[in-house]
Amino acid sequence: MNIAKHWRQNGARYRLEGQRHRDGTLRFPAQSLQPGEAAADWQPEQLARQGEVFSFTVQRGGAAGFDDAPWTIIALVQTAAGPLVTAQLTDCAPDEVAIGLPVELVVRRIGTPVADGLLVYGYKFRPRLLM
Amino acid sequence: MQKVFIAGAGCTPVREHYERGLLDLALAALGDALDTIPASRVGALYVGNTLGDLGADQGQLGAYIADAAGMAGCEAVRVEAAGASGGAALRQGYLAVASGQHELVVVLGVEKVTDKLDAHLQTAQALGLHGEIEAAHGLTTTGAWALLMQRYLYEHGVAAEAFAPFAVNAHANAVANPNALYRFPISRAKWAGAAPVAAPLNMLDCPTLADGAAAVVLVSEALARRWEAPAVQILGSAAATTTVALAQRADLLALEAAARSGAQALAQAGLSRADIDVLELSDPHGITAVLALEALGYAERGAGTRLAAEIGRAGRLPLAIGGGMKARGDVGGAIGVYQIVELVQHLRSSEAQVALAQCLGGSGSTAVTHILSRA
Repeated sequence: MNIAKHWRQNGARYRLEGQRHRDGTLRFPAQSLQPGEAAADWQPEQLARQGEVFSFTVQRGGAAGFDDAPWTIIALVQTAAGPLVTAQLTDCAPDEVAIGLPVELVVRRIGTPVADGLLVYGYKFRPRLLM
Repeated sequence: MQKVFIAGAGCTPVREHYERGLLDLALAALGDALDTIPASRVGALYVGNTLGDLGADQGQLGAYIADAAGMAGCEAVRVEAAGASGGAALRQGYLAVASGQHELVVVLGVEKVTDKLDAHLQTAQALGLHGEIEAAHGLTTTGAWALLMQRYLYEHGVAAEAFAPFAVNAHANAVANPNALYRFPISRAKWAGAAPVAAPLNMLDCPTLADGAAAVVLVSEALARRWEAPAVQILGSAAATTTVALAQRADLLALEAAARSGAQALAQAGLSRADIDVLELSDPHGITAVLALEALGYAERGAGTRLAAEIGRAGRLPLAIGGGMKARGDVGGAIGVYQIVELVQHLRSSEAQVALAQCLGGSGSTAVTHILSRA
């Protein structure tokens, strides 16, 4: 069972929580400290909920848990704060997507349950409703 | 460090080998590569394999294969770095002989995939991506390269059709390779009409995962001289890594690991890219070959597709002479060893003197480059 594995990522999955370094660098998701780093070097910080499509693909077929949909749109989203986020696009059709499309965060179910039966929720992006 | 020579090379055809298991394929390739060398002389076995756990339900491939091959309890270990596993295993074998630790080792690449259904294989292949921030969101390895291609088309104003010659060239070369999976040519028109797989990648810009095994025998200089075998020397060997996740790269369209390992291998060999007569790359898609050629310095950023006119067998930069991943077939962790087997055969039978082989793991996170020369 992967319950704890998904639970550990709740900050990133539900709030787009990353980390900002004391030198100003923002990264996503939060990572463990490298040897020599101090806990105070990185502070949690949520990314902006808005971004633009930086690149995208329309996958047909997929890995287990993602193979029952006719297609899945996956994008690299350039968030307003800086980091790229890899996520599914939802509430849109493939021909509505282009690089530069403004998008916003939503929390949705990701994939369909596989062997362990877990319902996994997390971030996706949809075309921005209010500009 | 001591000189390292390739004294034997062999492989099975790449096929959907429903009648053969992983061990059967491995032993066939080992027998082909060792030829008259007794298995008991092997000092160590390095197995390049990506999907052994999930594809063939078997771990500890080192002991599993060495025992079955009659290698008399020798050192044996599996090396895994996604699609770069074969190259990474070759580098371990190279280091073992170069350091003087062993005078004869075998490097085997083996992959058994057709016992599993497609969704299961996609899951297994995606282990080479970042689990938490890529694969968990449904991204596949093909999808990762599609993200790179889409951005490339946008940034450089290149049409998708500019990538067609890489698949056309691979298929043309595979016709003469009896071990290739797809021994038929394709046209640019057929490429352009192929159905999408992970847009902008279409079916004829994507390889087929298939079964196969390839092996090479590495020996010390003393042994190569004693046997007077028509040997090939490994002049350079280098591995490098970068981020596993695409989103965490400082420069998305730069394959930094490919650039670094290529430059290091050439420097070790004391050669420049102009000295390379023939090359094999990780080329599952045209975009992968193009980004690797740019990383190696053969073209400026954004100009890689213009090399399409030069990659034929008679061109300045022959690429994928055995059909590449597109037409020889995608043999996962065995790719890096198939590349060497094909290049050794080419160096022994043509005017070519120096060859470069590079294989990549995942979306280019691991890169291993070797430079070979006719001894």
